[in-house]
Amino acid sequence: MTTQGKTINITLKVWRQKGPGVKGKLETIEAKNISTDMSFLEMLDTINEGRIVQGKEPIEFDNDCREGICGMCGAVVNGIPHGPEKAMTLCQLHMRKFKNEDIIVVEPWRARAFPIIKDLVVDRSALDKIIQSGGFVSMVAGGAPDANAIPISQNIAEKAMDAAACIGCGACVAACPNASAMLFVSAKISQLALLPQGKPEAAQRAWNMVHAMDDCGFGNCTNEKECEAACPKEISIVNIARMNREFIKAGFASHVM
Amino acid sequence: MNWIINTFGTSIGKKFLMALSGACFIGFLLGHLGGNITLYFGKDTFNSYAEHLHALGILVTMAEISLLSLLVIHVLTGIILFFQNLAARPQRYVANKRAGGRTWASATMPYTGVLILSFVLLHLINFHFVKKTPDNTIFDIVSKTFAQPGYMVIYIIAMIVVALHVSHGFWSLFQTLGANHPKYMPIITKVGIVLSLVFGIGFGLLPIYVPLIAS
Repeated sequence: MTTQGKTINITLKVWRQKGPGVKGKLETIEAKNISTDMSFLEMLDTINEGRIVQGKEPIEFDNDCREGICGMCGAVVNGIPHGPEKAMTLCQLHMRKFKNEDIIVVEPWRARAFPIIKDLVVDRSALDKIIQSGGFVSMVAGGAPDANAIPISQNIAEKAMDAAACIGCGACVAACPNASAMLFVSAKISQLALLPQGKPEAAQRAWNMVHAMDDCGFGNCTNEKECEAACPKEISIVNIARMNREFIKAGFASHVM
Repeated sequence: MNWIINTFGTSIGKKFLMALSGACFIGFLLGHLGGNITLYFGKDTFNSYAEHLHALGILVTMAEISLLSLLVIHVLTGIILFFQNLAARPQRYVANKRAGGRTWASATMPYTGVLILSFVLLHLINFHFVKKTPDNTIFDIVSKTFAQPGYMVIYIIAMIVVALHVSHGFWSLFQTLGANHPKYMPIITKVGIVLSLVFGIGFGLLPIYVPLIAS
């Protein structure tokens, strides 16, 4: 420990809420000597360690892999989900992106469909309900098929892979001015609708997932493009256009009703 | 028949209703602008255009009924969407910042919509529900209205609002209808901006131009 990294002092205004349905408020917390090499979550860890020693309630936040691939973490930092950096989850955001004496407002995802559990932790099971309604392929598991038995062009495979990059963090809902989940649902519909394995159930899937999305109480998309801008995996709204096509096909040109 | 309600009643179904009715309004605006261009050629050209238009008789009435139905669909769906979207986020953010997608036009769609609706009502009162006689032709009515500075300002502002609404609405309707393609979307976006400028300038200059040629 011979090298001394740069440190900054920041003021956090963090959303504190004891539980679901109770009134919350922003609490101002001074954080001194924060290493700029820390990630945003490590900064919260450091604050929490101090708070635990002082006998204060730590700030609750969701996290898991801390590699930007699991979709567990996320908070709205100064009004932008996962913070100001493009294509980055909160765990990958580093404190070097902030300046000394910065005031940082940290809020949970806010949507009727994502009730707050505590502080920055929200219940995202609405997204699971949408997946359960059709975000899969049903198949009889037999012997593994031969590789390349079903030809898929590289272009289509890439598009499906881009949609499948969605980690289901919910930032699109948090970023949407209408708290709509259409970017998430469209990514899940697209990754399967593009591939031959997903085609047989495409109509039923689009129909079920869109209805499940509406039942969960998400808002309606008005093409604001905020989701795409905030998405840590840069999922494109082209997927939403594809979902619209899939849904209208299901509504008017399929047996599904 | 439930499948129709279950299709149009969803979030995507409502988007579709907005997009389809919006597309029709853009078509109407193009037609309306095409007719109004005759105003730039003076009193007689415009009056003759109006005469020819009304000579279509039943076709005009049918167009009016269609536009009224589309208006009801667009406005009612818009109101439902507005309140559903408000309810989808009961607790607002303390800090608000755009991540980079939202524009002035997209953020103000419901409000510019309300302004356009009130303008349309005023516009119909000014020019549609007025008795036209050979002594008081449609051109006379238009030039008398625009001679009043108040109306002139209202009409110009209204056309800026329409341009703003169309600038988001045009590309947005293609996205909603599923027509977002890397080859075409950049063209569609540009056409939308050009179209909103054409509407803004084409209609917006009339309140200034007409009083000039009337005197």
